Amino acid sequence: MKILPIIMITASLAMALSVQAYQEVTSGGLETIRGIAKINETKSAEALKRVIKDKNPIQRNYVHQPPVVPHQTRGYRVNKDSNKCLTCHGWKYARETGATKISLTHFETRDGKTLSDVSPRRYFCSQCHVTQADAPELVDNLFKPVESLGND
Amino acid sequence: MTKESKIKSLLSYLKSPSSAALWLILAIGFAGGVIFWGGFNTALEVTNTEAFCISCHEMEDNVYEEYKETIHYSNRSGVRATCPDCHVPKKWTHKIVRKIAASKEVWGMLTGLIDTREKFQDHRRELAEREWKRMKENDSLECRNCHNFEYMDFSEQGNRSVKMHSSALASGEKTCIDCHKGIAHELPDMKGVDNW
Repeated sequence: MKILPIIMITASLAMALSVQAYQEVTSGGLETIRGIAKINETKSAEALKRVIKDKNPIQRNYVHQPPVVPHQTRGYRVNKDSNKCLTCHGWKYARETGATKISLTHFETRDGKTLSDVSPRRYFCSQCHVTQADAPELVDNLFKPVESLGND
Repeated sequence: MTKESKIKSLLSYLKSPSSAALWLILAIGFAGGVIFWGGFNTALEVTNTEAFCISCHEMEDNVYEEYKETIHYSNRSGVRATCPDCHVPKKWTHKIVRKIAASKEVWGMLTGLIDTREKFQDHRRELAEREWKRMKENDSLECRNCHNFEYMDFSEQGNRSVKMHSSALASGEKTCIDCHKGIAHELPDMKGVDNW
């Protein structure tokens, strides 16, 4: 009798079905900063935040913090051909435009040698300086800036 | 009839056309003029559309792709400035002058001056400088067709814009293109360009 193959097929079918039935994935009540979302579901994206249009400089929160960008930067290209940021923040134009000058540390190589122009390692502004959106904090934050920086 | 009198009668026939023929000729001339002028103007307008501009791959694959990322293509209010709005003057005489000058671009297309991305990049500075020069000379006329200085509300502008527009632009010391280079296309190597 060929009963063995029949048993095997039925068994494997049953297993496949049961696996299907128990495939539902739960987060186990774990909540991330993105909220509760099942792993097998794609959460719809939140609306894009609007970037601050144009504000006065924003105070640093800690020593050596790269100052954040308080204005829009849409379409500002920074590449080997041009650097839009430096057309205002470069030393040549900062006085005329009233922009904050880039700090002298930007002229230094990693060996501490000072160059005559911006060092390649400090050329790509948005690696450290980012535009800000008017958005609430994702998680509660009790961080307090150091007093010596003179923040409110 | 002698030969002489034959010629004389022919001449007198030619010299005194019937008045109907005179009107006919005038009518043909008038109708021909209307058709020619209408056709010329229609053809001129056809060459003044975005669809015509990007019918060459040199434009479609390079400058048009770059322009699609910028605010003159996509923005909150849905107003769009297409190629001719910035690159062709609105006034008729200036438009004709520009169109005649553009025949050089047709030659460039036929000879394949910028028919690859690499060739285009090699010529980008030269091409950009030509446009900057044109806009500098006409005081950024094509910008001002939409962005009229008289109509600007400084209270609606950002701090940075007010500062520059109320000083350098207001005094006529600078014109739009002096600061707003590369707003619709990528920039060439800017080494040695004023203000860069």
